[in-house]
Amino acid sequence: MPSSLRGTAAIARRELGAYFSTPLAGVFLTIFVALTGAFAFYVGGFFDRGQADLYAFFAYHPWLYLLLVPAVGMRLWAEERKTGTIELLMTLPVSPWEAVVGKFLAAWAFVGIALLLTLPMWLTVNYLGDPDNGVILASYLGSFLMAGAFLAFASFVSALTKNQVIAFILAATVCFLLVMSGVDLVQNALRVWTPGIVSSAVSSLSFLSHFEEITRGVIEASTIVLFTSVILFALFATVIAIDQRKAS
Amino acid sequence: MSALVESTSLRKAFGPIVAVDDISLHVRKGEVLGFLGPNGAGKSTTMKMITGFLEPDRGTSKICGIDVAKHAKAAKGQLGYLPEGAPLYAEMTPKSFLNFIAAVRGIDGKARVMSVAAAIEKTRLEAVVDQRIETLSKGYKRRVGLAQAVLHDPPVLIMDEPTDGLDPNQKHHVRNLISEMAPQKAVIVSTHILEEVEAVCTRAVVINKGRIVADGTAEDLMRRAPYHGAVAVRIAQDRKDAVIAALSKHAAVDRVELIERVNGHISLRAIPKNGKPIATDVAALLREHSLPVEELFVQRGKLDDVFRQITMTEGKDA
Repeated sequence: MPSSLRGTAAIARRELGAYFSTPLAGVFLTIFVALTGAFAFYVGGFFDRGQADLYAFFAYHPWLYLLLVPAVGMRLWAEERKTGTIELLMTLPVSPWEAVVGKFLAAWAFVGIALLLTLPMWLTVNYLGDPDNGVILASYLGSFLMAGAFLAFASFVSALTKNQVIAFILAATVCFLLVMSGVDLVQNALRVWTPGIVSSAVSSLSFLSHFEEITRGVIEASTIVLFTSVILFALFATVIAIDQRKAS
Repeated sequence: MSALVESTSLRKAFGPIVAVDDISLHVRKGEVLGFLGPNGAGKSTTMKMITGFLEPDRGTSKICGIDVAKHAKAAKGQLGYLPEGAPLYAEMTPKSFLNFIAAVRGIDGKARVMSVAAAIEKTRLEAVVDQRIETLSKGYKRRVGLAQAVLHDPPVLIMDEPTDGLDPNQKHHVRNLISEMAPQKAVIVSTHILEEVEAVCTRAVVINKGRIVADGTAEDLMRRAPYHGAVAVRIAQDRKDAVIAALSKHAAVDRVELIERVNGHISLRAIPKNGKPIATDVAALLREHSLPVEELFVQRGKLDDVFRQITMTEGKDA
């Protein structure tokens, strides 16, 4: 294995193990599965829709991620800085990029596991009717990509502070803005004082609108590009933040 | 042979505070450098720059000839480092932790099993390898940190206060461990425990306020002690004047001081001129004058005194 992959893989494995070494993992996974189900059935009206699809299930993912993804990402770097293990980690033969990517991948895999645990929903809807499984698969992938984008920002925010609570709140705020940027509330506030191009640029960043497209079965290149580039950008920002603030 | 650790003109400022100001350190194979200084003198900051964790404002640091800023990964591969306070991943067990370190360092398969076992044995962790690190005592935690640092048998070993907070037995063990490994490595140990310097170090560097104020062997440092080489004698009180008179006349004695007066006995101290050894002269002199002595010994001076002397020169905040 090339040496950069080796470090990244070792860090990712350790980090994923760290999630499962505390009760947090169980609590998180339970809450995630319970809430996605509850939203789909009670708020989304899964049965009332009378359609064999998972639209009611996926529609609430952005809102759930708003709270749950910062909870997963808040400890990534804040904890390392608080306990001082960052000094240990950064004096091992790994580059900041390898460490940042390794940790991010672990957190992303953890969210992926949470998503996998919702597969009974998919089975259920197949039992009840004849859904478009292509759309559902795309929605799962879209949901996973979106979670990754939120998570990358959570990782960045976590690198800025030693305090996990602050990391959580900041990450939730950033995620909120990313979700809401296409909503009329935000758009109206922007249109009043900025040229149209700004508000449409901000709107085009909206996770909500992009994700909705996917859940309707429309996968555009721009959506994939948006999520991927957001991830890369936020990870890049994390590397910078680690480099600048690791010792403070 | 060239030095394994070469740090040149390191400087680091945090805002207006200059933590480290122009420190250069060279450590060769087989040397154990004791890095001393009061708290806040810049010891840890210097070590962080040597290991490449912190970027210096100025100056360079090389490990085995590799620049830590330019070729960070290669340089760090040659380095074992125990950060201050021995930070560890609390939720892991020593075994899983050491395996993680080995994996990151690219030690795989059989070599990994062997190096982890060797590190566990060296640091005597056998009893706790499967216990979570957070449940371990301070001594064991420190040993896990040490095991991590020596796992890959690095040519350069840097330890920030490795014995801080350990009990005397544990300190002794850690010092033995360092001494055992020393001949094959270049070692830097920071400490503010002075006995440690005498116990394990071949050389001591004292820093104060970010600058090097002394550099030499423990013996060199001792020579700077106020009473280094002085001879103390204990005599009966009624002989006091005779002894003082006899000693004061001797050519090699600078002056005679009274140390203490206990239960009819008196302790005196003869201070030599130019630090020359005078013990035999003093003994012969006293015998010549038939003055009975209860006790006679050479004072080596205390490292503590030297330390205080060189780090408090600038007074108020030291």
